[in-house]
Amino acid sequence: MLNLDTTFSALADPTRRAMLARLALGEATVLELARPFAMTQPAISRHLKVLEGAGLIIRRIDGTRRPCRLAPDGIKEIDRWLGTLRDALEKNYDRLDDVLATLKPKQRKDRR
Amino acid sequence: MSSMTQKTDTAARVVGKRPASPGKTKGRTMSKMTLKTEGDRHVVVTRRFAASPEAVYRAHTEPKLLQKWCLGPDGWTMPNCLCEARPGGKIRYDWADGKGGDFYLTGEFVELEPYSRIVHIERMHLPDVTPDNDVETKFEPDGTGTLMTMRMTLPDKATRTAMLATGMEHGMKASYVRLETVI
Repeated sequence: MLNLDTTFSALADPTRRAMLARLALGEATVLELARPFAMTQPAISRHLKVLEGAGLIIRRIDGTRRPCRLAPDGIKEIDRWLGTLRDALEKNYDRLDDVLATLKPKQRKDRR
Repeated sequence: MSSMTQKTDTAARVVGKRPASPGKTKGRTMSKMTLKTEGDRHVVVTRRFAASPEAVYRAHTEPKLLQKWCLGPDGWTMPNCLCEARPGGKIRYDWADGKGGDFYLTGEFVELEPYSRIVHIERMHLPDVTPDNDVETKFEPDGTGTLMTMRMTLPDKATRTAMLATGMEHGMKASYVRLETVI
């Protein structure tokens, strides 16, 4: 189950966001994920644990490797909701621009 | 006000753009909206308008004006609008898409400082009622126009899912690039 608080704490960290961006390209091992960062493998593993706990990534067992990939449903729902909100508000405020444009001359007249 | 999240259309979306520099208040080219999450509980939206704080405030509190713009995606209307702009005053917006996709919002005003600040609580009826959304909307002079800042509560997962499920999303493609700009 995706919990919003843990999801957003997980996303608050730039390293973890960069890891998600890398995983958006496809599955990766811990070593591959660690490569761009000046971080130890345990530090990377801690970040992965947070992402996994937040339901944002899934890890599978492949011999001694534990490759990671995105859990698509984890992020989509928040992203979708924020995107939907953004669309609706942008429409609203574009219309409000028009309403305000009609309001202005009237206001001036009222005050004369 | 803040809860028009019911339908999405395919209109081009502006993501992560900064608002244009203040002082230029000519039409909508200057008025790009920003939307960001704040912590894990809030969403903050900013938008500039080429009108006085008084005019923007009025457009947020007068039913006849609200009915012209507070409609969300194209195709929706607000047949009924109750907006008692005083502390404790009631809010009720009814929306319809003409195809049976009706729902409404109720709320109460908490504080009003004409023409600079509105605090209100709102909830959607889908028809199941969503948890209260605490909204603070500020209107500040910005050059010859107004900078509006709206801070609202981020709904929990169940609520977002319910809101998304009320018939609304077409063609929205999740992308991590977009997420990066939003978060």
